[in-house]
Amino acid sequence: MIFAFFAVQSPVFRSVRGVANWLDPASTLGIMAVAVALLMIGGHFDLSAGVMTGTTALTVGVVSTEFGQNIWLAIAVALVLALAIGFLNGWLVTRTGLPSFIITLGTFLMLQGLNLGLTKYFTGTVTASGIGSTPGYDSAKAVFASTVTFVGSPFRIAILWWVLFTALATWVLLKTRFGNWVFATGGDEVAARNVGVPVRRTTITLFMTTAAAAWFVGTTLAVRLTSVQANAGIGNELIYIVAAVIGGCLLTGGFGSAIGASLGALIFGMAQLGIVYLGWNSDWFYFFLGAMLLLAVLANRLVRRYAEAARR
Amino acid sequence: MTLLELRDVGKTFGTVIALDGISTTVRAGEVTCVLGDNGAGKSTLIKILSGVHRPDRGEVLLDGTPVAWSAPREALDAGIATVYQDLAMIPLMAVWRNFFLGQEVTKGWGPFRRFDSGQARRVTRQALGDMGIDIRDPDQPVGTLSGGERQSVAIARAVHFGARVLILDEPTSALGVRQAGVVLRYIAQARDRGVGVVFITHNPHHAFPVGDRFLLLGRGRSLGDFAKGEITQEEVTRLMAGGAELDQLAHELRRPTS
Repeated sequence: MIFAFFAVQSPVFRSVRGVANWLDPASTLGIMAVAVALLMIGGHFDLSAGVMTGTTALTVGVVSTEFGQNIWLAIAVALVLALAIGFLNGWLVTRTGLPSFIITLGTFLMLQGLNLGLTKYFTGTVTASGIGSTPGYDSAKAVFASTVTFVGSPFRIAILWWVLFTALATWVLLKTRFGNWVFATGGDEVAARNVGVPVRRTTITLFMTTAAAAWFVGTTLAVRLTSVQANAGIGNELIYIVAAVIGGCLLTGGFGSAIGASLGALIFGMAQLGIVYLGWNSDWFYFFLGAMLLLAVLANRLVRRYAEAARR
Repeated sequence: MTLLELRDVGKTFGTVIALDGISTTVRAGEVTCVLGDNGAGKSTLIKILSGVHRPDRGEVLLDGTPVAWSAPREALDAGIATVYQDLAMIPLMAVWRNFFLGQEVTKGWGPFRRFDSGQARRVTRQALGDMGIDIRDPDQPVGTLSGGERQSVAIARAVHFGARVLILDEPTSALGVRQAGVVLRYIAQARDRGVGVVFITHNPHHAFPVGDRFLLLGRGRSLGDFAKGEITQEEVTRLMAGGAELDQLAHELRRPTS
């Protein structure tokens, strides 16, 4: 419907090149939205997910340029760091029993400060740049930031990764015992524990998955742009949650899908570039976003009510 | 055959004596009812039996050997399954997913190991059918089942996964008369399959039709441990309400005769 709305009014939007263009922002957002959706189904939020893409991108930048290491080593360091942050988030949430909203708000603010402080400390500026001339860059670019020409138009490889991650997440959710545990943990933690689900391990794994996705997206940004601002990624955490909710995730946990979150991200990408193609002022983007969120939540509620009524 | 035996079990929390001097037996193919009013110590007893708490005094014997569990998982592995009142099922999940929750059947190997959903659906339908539970569609969310059906599915699940002792925490208390009857029927079903059942309730009308043994609790102490035939339903009710207290109450409530 969103596609039709923009496609009718803008020929660029419906061209192959146009499709490649709006799939691009949707892809990096989609990878995060899928991971965040899994976490939300498991009953938790991660407000540090956005800033963590910045943290990992900056780590890749600083380690590869300031320390002169091979970029693959820098990427590995960033992954270890991301997994450690994810573990810390999950461990704190399961240990204290406090809302993940508060815990990850804390890590969010701490990381925001660290990103700025450490980037300034190492580079003397607020950007880590020059990633393009580090050893190993070409192979890293092939994996994270190359383009594939399809029907005469360049498509970002991130789109392919996005589709793969969505498929993988769907399979895990619906077809593995871990997926069953995710739904159970988000649905009713106490009941899940009573029947022997390792609730704590499941929750920590979900936080680490979200962190790993942030690492992937952060690396993609660092390799693609070759320079990273110290405030990168901040503010995106809410957009991930919005995409997951538009895709049908319940805020209370226990319900949702990876494909839904991907569709949410797709709608996002369309809206973001569609508004540009129509020549509207891009200030209206956030208004549109808020309206979409409200509509999605109301629609979800209607559908669920209808489904429940039909069963009786 | 005696499965589980309690000998003079007691538990203290700080200065509060939650349980003291409790003894009873659970036999295979029999129902041991634990009766008591609120605060009688029923939930502490469940927690000792299911491995959440350790008793401070006395012994718990399984097949004649003393046991000391430190986690619910250990009791579960020993064949002691507990069905908690409202906390047995995840409402938003399908019946078959709930049935296998925590004990999922898998197929494939390595990274391709997956939850065998076809098998899970089939076994769920079969196991429920064996207990005489007719679920229209194992794919419907548990939230769409009635309270009695939910308890029944939880009982069928415990029996299917090889429970030798089944502990039921107030399975009938939140239910209407007909729904409670349905659950009582499945308790009898589990009993007939040789499971030793511990049925915790505050309602003698539910306990009496299925019970073989009655342990009466009052304020953490045993008011008696009776085999069926040693006690009548009226006596049980009287003892639970504190005997003399009830007589006193009846006296107070009597209409004044002018």
